[in-house]
Amino acid sequence: MTMPRLDDRSKDLRRVIVRTLHKARRGHVGAAFSLIEIFRVLYDDVLRFNPQDPKWKGRDRCILSKGHGCLALYALLADKGYFPPAELDRFCAADGILGGHPDAGKVPGVEASTGALGHGLPIGLGIALAQRIAKRDSRVFVVLGDGECNEGSVWEAAMCAGKHGLSSLTAIVDYNKHQSYASTKEVQDLEPFADKWRSFGFAVREVDGHDVAALRETFKALPFAGDKPSAVIAHTVKGKGASFAENNMKWHHKNKVTDQEVEALLAAIGEA
Amino acid sequence: MRENCLKTVYELAKTDERIVFVGSDLGVGVLAEFKREMPDRFFMEGVAEQNLVGVSAGLAMEGHVVYLNTIATFLSRRCYEQVAVDLCLHNVNVRLIANGGGVVYAPLGPTHLATEDVAIMRALPNMTIVAPADAPEMIRFVRASVDHQGPIYIRVAKGHDPVVTTDTGPFVIGKAVPMRTGGEVLLVTTGVGLQVCLAAADKLAAEGVKAAVLHFPTIKPFDTAALHAHAEAAKAIVTVEEHTILGGLGGAAAEYLAETDLLASRRFKRVGIPDVFPSVYGDQNGMMRKYGISADAVAATAQSLLAARPKAARVAA
Ligand SMILES: Cc1ncc(C[n+]2csc(CCOP(=O)(O)OP(=O)(O)O)c2C)c(N)n1
Repeated sequence: MTMPRLDDRSKDLRRVIVRTLHKARRGHVGAAFSLIEIFRVLYDDVLRFNPQDPKWKGRDRCILSKGHGCLALYALLADKGYFPPAELDRFCAADGILGGHPDAGKVPGVEASTGALGHGLPIGLGIALAQRIAKRDSRVFVVLGDGECNEGSVWEAAMCAGKHGLSSLTAIVDYNKHQSYASTKEVQDLEPFADKWRSFGFAVREVDGHDVAALRETFKALPFAGDKPSAVIAHTVKGKGASFAENNMKWHHKNKVTDQEVEALLAAIGEA
Repeated sequence: MRENCLKTVYELAKTDERIVFVGSDLGVGVLAEFKREMPDRFFMEGVAEQNLVGVSAGLAMEGHVVYLNTIATFLSRRCYEQVAVDLCLHNVNVRLIANGGGVVYAPLGPTHLATEDVAIMRALPNMTIVAPADAPEMIRFVRASVDHQGPIYIRVAKGHDPVVTTDTGPFVIGKAVPMRTGGEVLLVTTGVGLQVCLAAADKLAAEGVKAAVLHFPTIKPFDTAALHAHAEAAKAIVTVEEHTILGGLGGAAAEYLAETDLLASRRFKRVGIPDVFPSVYGDQNGMMRKYGISADAVAATAQSLLAARPKAARVAA
């Protein structure tokens, strides 16, 4: 698979993330970089939302279940005007609203407080059931990590969503093949991953999670079946866009980030 | 402290074949030497904590001594039923090495804080809870933990905490450690609260008030004899913990003191996190300061107890 070069918007969003973590000198870099294209396509082309009225009932709900990827979500929420971009400079600050994991009580546009892995899909399922009761056509998107899919709660929710045939619910897995300790293959192999989702009652498509056009097309085709929840398995690269951080477990979570590291990240993004 | 804890487990495992290490999805390179040298007793099994507790119970049922390591809140909140049933009910030898007890992970927000872990673990029969104050005490504890019967919850503080303990002999599970004795004030603490209390005692001394400091590296079983003996000499008792004031060290002390008559003529106060999800990020020290877990605030609390009028016995008509 030859990866297309990142376009300006993808690079700019990564630069925003680097600036955000520069102040705090910490953050889950790899986890955020692998999510950028998924989030930009969701927010640019797919989701229905109103930053002026974040709780508008008619909105689509998007939950970042792998909450440690929040730098990517914050970049998009700031970009769309949910909060002033200056807020990014207070990432992890005592009096800021943007913590190391997203807090629904603090950040406009964050649907659920996550960070403990394995909570997003059950919550998303409940929200989707509520839309059905309300006869509302709002859709629910839950973005999961692949390591996160080690959690039993993910599969309890998957089984339940399958039972309810909830076509308004979409699980998107950021399948970057890495977790915290090592590759998913080494820690807990998920394969045959697409078949697992299928067997739990999902209609599944796989896509290159950094190919903006392919993501658009995939999301446009939702729901993949009229009577099933959908799963998008997005093949991604952990740390995508900063070559030295790609698939490098040291960049899963970084603290004490130095000025030199920030410069190296910005330079690498320029070259991506 | 965590590194020293794991390193000691590794050292012990080299000569004790009962010892097994189980991790979830820890940081890259954790215990690489254990994995290299004893691969059949090293497990890194993914982000599936409930499964890991059950697996550890099974290993222990077959005679292993299992050291299970991951983030504190995911060992306590998430696995509570597995801990209660698989570990405590079966009373098996699993040691939960709980990273980031208290508010170590302040910048990561409330999903990563372990501020009620002691309270909920205390409520489980057969559970032992320890919270060493620094790395040397942790090492002494780990050595003492191998042959202990039953599950243990090990609350691990941040790294590179200042060394404040002075003991060098074997760690005795279930024994409190008097760090300073005698005085009108008794500061009762555990874990890194010890740093705070020693500094608070210094501050009080400068203000002309003598304060005793009683450190509980074991919170359960609770050393009531030590508390009793030291409380008798004091006018004011303050408990200090990096934990909710509900049900932790302060709760244990309050329960005991209330059931003796020791509180009748003494002032008592719990210092810790109030009944909230902490609402700020920043860092551990900042969050502790916000909730009065600092030398200045503890000294002031003690002073205010001393200044309060003595209790008069009151009986409802
Ligand atoms: C319940 C729970 N257990 C453990 C953690 C610690 N943790 C944070 S990120 C992470 C790895 C997640 O891997 P993955 O879902 O693949 O996300 P990636 O960073 O690779 O994108 C772990 C174990 C957590 N946040 N929640």
